[in-house]
Amino acid sequence: MSMLQLRYSVPGDDFTRAGEASGDVKHKLKKLGYNPTAIRRVAIAMYEGEINMVIHAGGGEAVVDVDPDKVVIVLTDHGPGIADVSKAMQEGWSTAPDNVRSLGFGAGMGLPNMKKYSDEMTIDSVVGEGTTLRMVVYAQSTKL
Amino acid sequence: MQIHELAERLGWKQLTESDGADREALGCYCGDLLSWVMGRAKADDVWLTVMGNINAIAVATLADVSAIVLVEDAALDADALKRANQQEVAIYTTSLPAYETALQVAAALGA
Repeated sequence: MSMLQLRYSVPGDDFTRAGEASGDVKHKLKKLGYNPTAIRRVAIAMYEGEINMVIHAGGGEAVVDVDPDKVVIVLTDHGPGIADVSKAMQEGWSTAPDNVRSLGFGAGMGLPNMKKYSDEMTIDSVVGEGTTLRMVVYAQSTKL
Repeated sequence: MQIHELAERLGWKQLTESDGADREALGCYCGDLLSWVMGRAKADDVWLTVMGNINAIAVATLADVSAIVLVEDAALDADALKRANQQEVAIYTTSLPAYETALQVAAALGA
């Protein structure tokens, strides 16, 4: 059991609400007096995940487990899945549609940013079934 | 240098309720692609952009930049202004392009 578990439903196709879950996590970690660098890394990594679920998967679920030494973020969706994870991990590679690009997204930096800002990241994706993404950020990480 | 001090010196117009009085400008980042900004900007950078939509407010909050400066009089959406006021994000505007603004910021910060 973690010290604190937070659960969020991420609505699909609503860019105005993307960021609510990560914003709430940031707010709560701040209240707990968490390391500011770790908070920033959690917030960015999770927001990128939220945006991905909005763009590609019609929404999903976020579960965040907070412990004094680490934050574990698990994002689950029932979208189309990622056909080629290694391609999706390349900076600049994107399947986002044009309307998303006009909002400033779709630069192909989402998954690379999640990897950059988390200490551990695993992607479990099945085409036609969905994707589960797990990220760990350690409170005292010296990664960035 | 504090954001409101920098804004006053460079003649930026304040659009939000917050003037960033409690925020320090430590650097500057220019960019309009939101994930690029989240991947590269540092906390407490002043962010120069033309992106005045609601997602830019989320990016500013989560990436913890010290303020948004909309360059070349780029428009700020009404819902973005509302969200910025809720989240206490300071947004300023200037008619100058990003390049000139960044030069001025660099000179003011002694970079």
